[in-house]
Amino acid sequence: MHPSQRLRDPTAETGSTRRSRLAPPPTLTGQPVALLDIGKSRGNEFIDRIEQRFTERGITTRRYKKPSNSRVAPTELLQRIAVESKVVVIALSD
Amino acid sequence: MNTPADGLLVFAKRDCPTCTLIEPVLQTLDREYQATVVTQDDPSFPANVTHRVDDTGLEWSYRQAIEVVPTLIRLQGGREVERTIGWDRAEWQRIVGRADLGSALPALRPGCGSKTTEPGVAERLRARFGDSGLRAREIELGEYDDPIEACYARGWSDGLPVVPPTDERILRMLSGTRRRPDEVVGLIPPNLAPCTIEKIAINAVMAGCKPEYMPVILAVIEAALEPTFTMHGLLCTTYFSGPIVIVNGPITRSIGMNSGVNALGQGNRANSTITRALNLIVRNVGGGLPGGIDRATLGGPHKVGLCFAEDESDPFWTPLAQARGIAPGKSAVTLFQGEALQGFVDQRARTPEELTRSLAMGLFAVNHPKLCEFGSAILVLSPEHYRIYRQAGWDRARVERELFEALKRPGKDLVIGAGGVAEGIGPERANDIVSKFWPGGLLIARAGGEAGMFSAILAGWIAGRAREQTVAVTTEIRE
Repeated sequence: MHPSQRLRDPTAETGSTRRSRLAPPPTLTGQPVALLDIGKSRGNEFIDRIEQRFTERGITTRRYKKPSNSRVAPTELLQRIAVESKVVVIALSD
Repeated sequence: MNTPADGLLVFAKRDCPTCTLIEPVLQTLDREYQATVVTQDDPSFPANVTHRVDDTGLEWSYRQAIEVVPTLIRLQGGREVERTIGWDRAEWQRIVGRADLGSALPALRPGCGSKTTEPGVAERLRARFGDSGLRAREIELGEYDDPIEACYARGWSDGLPVVPPTDERILRMLSGTRRRPDEVVGLIPPNLAPCTIEKIAINAVMAGCKPEYMPVILAVIEAALEPTFTMHGLLCTTYFSGPIVIVNGPITRSIGMNSGVNALGQGNRANSTITRALNLIVRNVGGGLPGGIDRATLGGPHKVGLCFAEDESDPFWTPLAQARGIAPGKSAVTLFQGEALQGFVDQRARTPEELTRSLAMGLFAVNHPKLCEFGSAILVLSPEHYRIYRQAGWDRARVERELFEALKRPGKDLVIGAGGVAEGIGPERANDIVSKFWPGGLLIARAGGEAGMFSAILAGWIAGRAREQTVAVTTEIRE
């Protein structure tokens, strides 16, 4: 038995809220696809190729770029993407 | 606890010579004035007293804020109206209202410290009987739970045991700073969760820190939250890097940090726990979990927490913090994004030029021998290597300058494919002379034991590609 049996929570005490994902759109025709380069090496090459493939299929794209891969995306960038597109492709790694 | 509303209350302990001296007075007060004698250590002291309270648990003493024994208090209508400490015969006679009280005793005898003032006791009593003032969620364990296992079970550990964060320990940790427990220091990545001084103290307890480390820990957190330190990216990276802390200044001596034998190794509490506190805060407050947002391919033992002090014993050598703008005599932390550890051996160098060329060879291996202007590094100069520079009269500025010049190579040897190695710099650099590090990308600190021509290289993070955005950060420690 231990004399002290009460501890204090070292965490931020924030509960995560589980949200259901948006249903994938039935078609990409007629709505722009956001292409986000997070700033990792050669992410632009991946985005270039994806963009080319979308364009070949007649799907319009919009390109976005994080200022640096080492920091979180600025809020205004996230808001702009959310307003302008419903689908995002992110080049996540090198 | 049922304090009488009216009458006399005396706090005493057998261990106090003044208390034993006035034992006859206490017996008189008990017999003729129905005084209550509260005894802190020996429940049988004073002898022959009927209104005696066993206060070995110290609750009465805590609630009456007793600092010295004996203490005589007069209560009236539930309120304290008189108090005297120690034995002051005239004061006791006045408060009791009896001119011949203790007339056979000396006029004055100082008291002793109350047991409530013994080291570590105040926080324990505050946690037990008072309002701790702590706001973090309380977690009650079962009677037979092991607190260390409970911390593991809740995911609060970096893999090593943590010290269970009890109120008593947290209050003691908070005594290491004058800052308010509810002050928000900043937003801890990756979840950008607000972090209070109290949360820092809780995690510092868990890391094994002592209260006197708190000023250092607070400076470390402050530096880690500087945007240019990019703590978020450092945590997420697939690369090896984690935060490395170098401490400079008088505080390294006052908290007993190691800058000598085995300075980068185990065995010193401050060295072992200060960066660990930061990493636990990022884990617990920020939510940065290995395998979650921490995507390190291999990581390294430094990610538990690597911290050391610079050897400042030679005034000829400018300490790292001063070289980075901190005033002499002040203490500071420098946070670097790096890894431990690449050993460097040179037992034959005798001149500064030989040693510089040799060190440059070792430093060129950082990240990859053909990758340049890509990473950064800390060079930890051992005493035997430093002596070569010292004897030649090379100061910090000279060593930095000479190393920078020695760390250049023809681009044709470094480009992609050169030497049959695919890795390398871009082919457009083939005709350039290329520096290994950009200016300021190599930090030099002195540390280590007297014997051994071995220095250490702590390679930096390759996110230094974006070098204007990710840099080492030096912050003054404010005590």
